[in-house]
Amino acid sequence: MDITIHMTSLPHDDPDASLAFYRDVLGFEVRSDVGQGRMRWITVGPVGRPDTSILLAPPAADPGVTEEERRTITEMMAKGTYGWILLATPDLDATFEKVQAGDTEVVQEPTEQPYGIRDCAFRDPAGNLVRIQELR
Amino acid sequence: MCQAEWRRARVQAQRLADLARLRRVRDRIDREYAQPLNVEALARDVNMSAGHLSRQFRAAYGESPYAYLMTRRIERAAALLRRGDLSVTEVCFMVGCASLGTFTTRFTELVGMSPGAFRRRAAAMAADPADGAHAAHDAASAPLTVEGMPACVAKQVTRPVRNREATTGERPLA
Repeated sequence: MDITIHMTSLPHDDPDASLAFYRDVLGFEVRSDVGQGRMRWITVGPVGRPDTSILLAPPAADPGVTEEERRTITEMMAKGTYGWILLATPDLDATFEKVQAGDTEVVQEPTEQPYGIRDCAFRDPAGNLVRIQELR
Repeated sequence: MCQAEWRRARVQAQRLADLARLRRVRDRIDREYAQPLNVEALARDVNMSAGHLSRQFRAAYGESPYAYLMTRRIERAAALLRRGDLSVTEVCFMVGCASLGTFTTRFTELVGMSPGAFRRRAAAMAADPADGAHAAHDAASAPLTVEGMPACVAKQVTRPVRNREATTGERPLA
């Protein structure tokens, strides 16, 4: 078997705000953008690495999700306990400086962790935790 | 949209905005735990009273902002103590605790042993992992060996668990 991790998804609550974060702040390219209003599915990913993408998707779009479940999901997103992703970069300090220069919410400055990694963390506009780890 | 529906939507929008404010407070604690933070200052920054913030935060996250802050500090303190080159007092101040007594009490409640004992145990485990692991067999919160564990998992398993203080033998019922 030859399986790659092709795409993962993160919820948005304001597609334009999320798009601006991943495209303008993180520098990702936009690979597709379909739908309209809040029902938009936007595929983004790092330039030069077409194998892996993030799909920015409306939360709880499955019609099988009940109204109560939808409310729980949007509340978890707002309080920051729902979506998260781990990214990596060879130059953590430069990345941190660039991201924090905008109005992005910083959760953690670059920190040496006891389990042998160095990372930092931000919130994307939808409340997802975006952790960035240093490649070394 | 009928009026009742509109009102419901407005209430829900307000609730989401309030939750996002609480998230910012929590993130600020995560980022600035080593600063001399207090609940009054955190509340002022989001235009809430300290009491209101504490109640709302607890309702959302299951513990008060002060408890969350202390948990975050103890988590980092455990990480620093594991390094072995810092004293308990140094670590206490590095993580933003002004009182060694409060630090020691909360550390012991969350981790199940005093910071000094934790530091010694971590040093023993670094010297002889098998011996340390055996000695710490029943203490779920003993310094864990996290080598080889994915970092994100290590972060979760080594994080003190809120509202789940380590058990230290039988507790009186009353």
